[in-house]
Amino acid sequence: MRFLKTLAATTALVMGMATATAQAAEVRIALVVKALGIGFFEAANKGAQEAAKELGGVEVIYTGPTTTTAEGQIEVINSLIAQKVDAIAISANDTDALVPSLKKAMSRGIKVISWDSGVSAEGRSIHLNPSSNALIGNMNIKMAADVLPGGKGDAAILSATPTATNQNIWIEEMKKVLPNYPGLNIVATVYGDDLADKSYRETVGLLKSHPSVKVIIAPTSVGIVAAAQAVADQKKIGEVFVTGLGLPSEMAGHVHSKATKSFAIWNPIDLGYSATMIAYNLVKGKADAKAGGSVPMGRMGTLQLDENMDGAMSDPFVYDASNVDEFAKIF
Amino acid sequence: MIKALLKNRDVVLGLILVMMTLAIAARFPGFIELENLRGIFTDTSILIILALAQMIVLLTRCIDLSIASNLALTGMIVAMINASSPELSIAVLVGVSLIVGFCLGAVNGLFVWLLGIPPIVVTLGTLAIYRGIIFLLTDGQWINAHEMSPAFLQAPRNIIIGLPVLAWVAIGLVTAAAVFFGWSKLGRALYAVGGNPVAAVYAGLDVGKTQFIAFCISGMLSGLCGYLWVARYAVAYVDIARGFELEVVAACVIGGISIAGGIGTIPGVVLGALFLGVVKNALPVIGISPFWQLAISGSVIIIAVVINARQEKTVGKLILRSSHKAG
Repeated sequence: MRFLKTLAATTALVMGMATATAQAAEVRIALVVKALGIGFFEAANKGAQEAAKELGGVEVIYTGPTTTTAEGQIEVINSLIAQKVDAIAISANDTDALVPSLKKAMSRGIKVISWDSGVSAEGRSIHLNPSSNALIGNMNIKMAADVLPGGKGDAAILSATPTATNQNIWIEEMKKVLPNYPGLNIVATVYGDDLADKSYRETVGLLKSHPSVKVIIAPTSVGIVAAAQAVADQKKIGEVFVTGLGLPSEMAGHVHSKATKSFAIWNPIDLGYSATMIAYNLVKGKADAKAGGSVPMGRMGTLQLDENMDGAMSDPFVYDASNVDEFAKIF
Repeated sequence: MIKALLKNRDVVLGLILVMMTLAIAARFPGFIELENLRGIFTDTSILIILALAQMIVLLTRCIDLSIASNLALTGMIVAMINASSPELSIAVLVGVSLIVGFCLGAVNGLFVWLLGIPPIVVTLGTLAIYRGIIFLLTDGQWINAHEMSPAFLQAPRNIIIGLPVLAWVAIGLVTAAAVFFGWSKLGRALYAVGGNPVAAVYAGLDVGKTQFIAFCISGMLSGLCGYLWVARYAVAYVDIARGFELEVVAACVIGGISIAGGIGTIPGVVLGALFLGVVKNALPVIGISPFWQLAISGSVIIIAVVINARQEKTVGKLILRSSHKAG
């Protein structure tokens, strides 16, 4: 009996302390991810904690289901509504399935934004994209120009399939910014169909049919790895460089072999940081979520919203020999 | 003399291959440089080995659609072992790939032999199952270049007398297969079982068991290709070599292997694989729109088969002329 009393007392005490810390934070922001235990999202949480520290008086609740399901996220959202958090920033497992529960959250005065993977417009106020097609296109061309002496020379694009929508939009954006980089020419576009062996073969063919090509831009994670391997096998390292979009864990080896000097993809730390900043500013009423408006996001600048209340965070983040190993551990 | 040669399918296919290569060279002269031809042979080595594997199975009136999935699963297992214990020697890993491949092939073989399920059904099932197992093993994660040991990646690339080890493995296996089919008892049994199963039974051959052995050999070769593939492209993930089984069957068909079993030669298979290898390596350099490439490579395959597919009419030998007359 005495034991039980002690236990009850201790429990009460612990719970009291927990509530105390919770109350000490003025703003409680829930960072809901697709699933717990994924490196990319752990990194986003790191960024969110950084934002909380910078703002002060903010508690970030990092949560999510154990598997990437919409059902799991709905449960998480319901429990967050019960906890009366101030804001929910979610990377959604499904665009539509989460809308009813998120609507419920908004009707209780909780600010809802989506980031990384969005929900339909009626289920959130703002959606934060890691980048935009225009910024991605520009960054690919910039990295190609940076690797060429004086920014002049021939480049070729290794894409996925000829009908891949995102690839074609990025290639179009690349060609749009090309006039800003005089001396840089795109002489060929080839398609590796996002198959390792076809991408490899296309790269070998490219090196043969266009010997003047000094940079291969591959805005696809399968293509960039295969192209880097093909350049290494053709003994063209130092002569031909591969750049584009890829994941640090997949590209670390090729950066060390020097087949690739730099490549880009979003930075999950910045993404978590910005999502937290935006959520905080909405809660504090420092920014209005309206079409065409803008929301400040600390060190990442300002988020410009378009007519769908979507915004692009920044240029894709560039990875090179100096930081690739650190990020390879994350994603 | 020349007429007799032109009746030989392999000679005809060889001529088609040479003519096609010259036609490509007319458009892109660099294509027939020694360096490039060496590259094409190396690039086609894995296809040659897999086509040999498929040939063994096809000869016995079976088909193995799971070879590309076997390749992917074995490749992933070998890559995972290498990533977790890089100190293990390559010889051990090659041994593992052969054993794993053998076991996966044996599963197919057992279903065909003991349960009598049609091979196309069994291997269509294992095609999906083996790839599914990769998902279970990895959760969809990749094994990347920097996680594999340099020795693991380098072994098939080492140059011996002007050719990479990968190409030598293919040459070695082709030679071994020629000896196996030409002179070994089992090699001849494979032809007999597919050519005329009833006669094979009368000759004292166990048809089911022979088919089982064919699947085991096919699985073993696919497993070996798993290591070679992963080392060549320096990456292992769920989707590697997806759809490759159809390319392998195409190589066999172009090479004159009969889907109905019992007919086919080693030179035919090698030429069939090289034919596809030349087409695949030519398309990127001769500047054809990617929208046309699929249609063109398909048409070229059909043309090759049509030219090469004059049915070999083998007239059955009458051995008991007297009873035939009496009947």
